[in-house]
Amino acid sequence: MSTIRLNGAAAPLAAGTTVADLVTAVTGRAILATGQPADGGRIGVAVARNADIVPRSQWSLTAVETDDDVEIVTAVQGG
Amino acid sequence: MTETITTTDALVIDGVALGSRLIMGTGGAPSLDGLGAALVASGTELTTVAMRRYAAGNGGGGGDAGTSLFGLLLENNIRVLPNTAGCFTAREAVMTAELAREALETDWVKLEVIADEHTLLPDAVELVEATEQLVNRGFKVFAYTNDDPVLALRLEQLGAAAVMPLGAPIGTGLGILNPHNIELIVSRAGVPVVLDAGIGTASDAALAMELGCDAVLLATAVTRAQDPVRMAEAFKHAVIGGRLAAQAGRIPKRAHALASSAMEGRPDL
Repeated sequence: MSTIRLNGAAAPLAAGTTVADLVTAVTGRAILATGQPADGGRIGVAVARNADIVPRSQWSLTAVETDDDVEIVTAVQGG
Repeated sequence: MTETITTTDALVIDGVALGSRLIMGTGGAPSLDGLGAALVASGTELTTVAMRRYAAGNGGGGGDAGTSLFGLLLENNIRVLPNTAGCFTAREAVMTAELAREALETDWVKLEVIADEHTLLPDAVELVEATEQLVNRGFKVFAYTNDDPVLALRLEQLGAAAVMPLGAPIGTGLGILNPHNIELIVSRAGVPVVLDAGIGTASDAALAMELGCDAVLLATAVTRAQDPVRMAEAFKHAVIGGRLAAQAGRIPKRAHALASSAMEGRPDL
């Protein structure tokens, strides 16, 4: 099975997975085609794929490929 | 009286008016609940966050206030100021700022480019480079800088929205090591000056304001205090007190005593 790097760890990659699918898998929140969460809140995360930012409007349109390096980041405590 | 002054004396950065001149960091708090209480007690309207990998239990996500830092800030109507903490190069800092803009929908960024993990002091060369790049990309840069009047002015000329000189190295609580430099930075600045880092206790924040700073940014001094909520409230008052004192105009220092009671009209005793 093909794999990707997701937040620094190896993860299996199912065929047809999009960036939006990964965001849902990591955050547990469904994502609309606009990139906004289906629950109407603010998602507060950003995605970099192979060191390039994927704008949220492109999450549903961007396919994840084998060996991609995907980082999903959010706000945490910091000074 | 205090209420009147604080509401009419807003800190304006990038056209946004902030009612409090205390900017809080969120680093070092042991729990999200405790942090929320301290933020509310501080009266802050602007709070820094770091950008890190999403992980269950790190406050990630935009969910409820109970589980997420972003949710907590949204719920309390506190504006978010993402930082670039942990970046050593301009390239990393620019990438982190872009991620923050995408995640948090703000073009404000506290630019922090440090030289090494031991001193955590800003790397002036990378800082200048990153400021230039971020300004070109439309960011409003809050530049965390050394207490160097020359560098501070250079950052302003590059387009920084605010300059944030350190009082002392991050997390030391040593206060303001070079008040003369801070005064000099303030006297020449055309953008807000925010004293950032090194604050240990309330009097340090009051001094920063008395020196003419427009605001104070601190985190550790509250989050690692024995009673963070009480310390947050202390800082709230210290910043207001220091600001009022700066506006009021202090008496000159004198070498010799000067009686405030008249000698005239003393009774014979």
